[in-house]
Amino acid sequence: MPPLTRWHIKTAFISLAAAMTLGVALALALVLPLPGWVVYLSPAFFHLIMVGWVTQMIFGVIFWMFPIVSRARPRGNERLGWATYGLLNGGLLLRVVAEPANSVSPGGGWGWVLVASALMQWLAAVFFVVNAWPRVKEKYRGE
Amino acid sequence: MPRLSQWYIKLSFGYLLAGFTVGALLLANKGRPLHPALWGLLPAHIEWLLMGWVAQLTLGVAFWILPRFWQAPRRGRTTGAVVAIVLLNAGILLVSLGAVLGLGAWATAAGRLLEIGAAAAFAHAAWPRIVGRAG
Repeated sequence: MPPLTRWHIKTAFISLAAAMTLGVALALALVLPLPGWVVYLSPAFFHLIMVGWVTQMIFGVIFWMFPIVSRARPRGNERLGWATYGLLNGGLLLRVVAEPANSVSPGGGWGWVLVASALMQWLAAVFFVVNAWPRVKEKYRGE
Repeated sequence: MPRLSQWYIKLSFGYLLAGFTVGALLLANKGRPLHPALWGLLPAHIEWLLMGWVAQLTLGVAFWILPRFWQAPRRGRTTGAVVAIVLLNAGILLVSLGAVLGLGAWATAAGRLLEIGAAAAFAHAAWPRIVGRAG
């Protein structure tokens, strides 16, 4: 299993654990007097599951298991793979922090952090597809 | 990877890009309001990523890696998997565009029926391949 895949999968587990933790906090907010910003974590809860856990796990396993491009470049552009990893997780982390902050104090700098988060996650998806598309093919049988 | 799996997976990549593009617009709109009508794209964002990306990719990879038969056709009854990709994508488009264009609950219901048909057709094709070893 290549290092990038290991990072994706381990980070996916951390995202899943973080999502479950937020899920508990969101449930407790219904019955306990928790800080008001906790209720704004609901989108973060869903996106930690769908982006941080499911999509990230898929990205990691595809990088590992899909047919190689060639013997010289088996998994395509590895730098693009690492950029995908950084942008996806950096963008998701910014969202988790900035979304409740922007809801509590809208119109401030947190709004721009959300814009940056959106751009980073979108770029991660684009980079992933650019790198993975050439590997959606028949088994490699030599040049 | 068989040709049919390539179709499933490339379509799923297309939905990943479409879903993330809409998602990025929605998130940016939360930070710096762009247009209130953007929120109308939320059902398409969810449909494209849940069904178009995750479910479709799963079916494509399953068709590729489930155990094959020793004799041709190695992947058994492929017609169901071909029918499934058509029904699934028709269903996704009907559900998502129906919600965005305001076509009403009947469009959503019809789209979901197509998706159920896709699931049944794919299960019919893949069922004999769910074995302990190659058959």
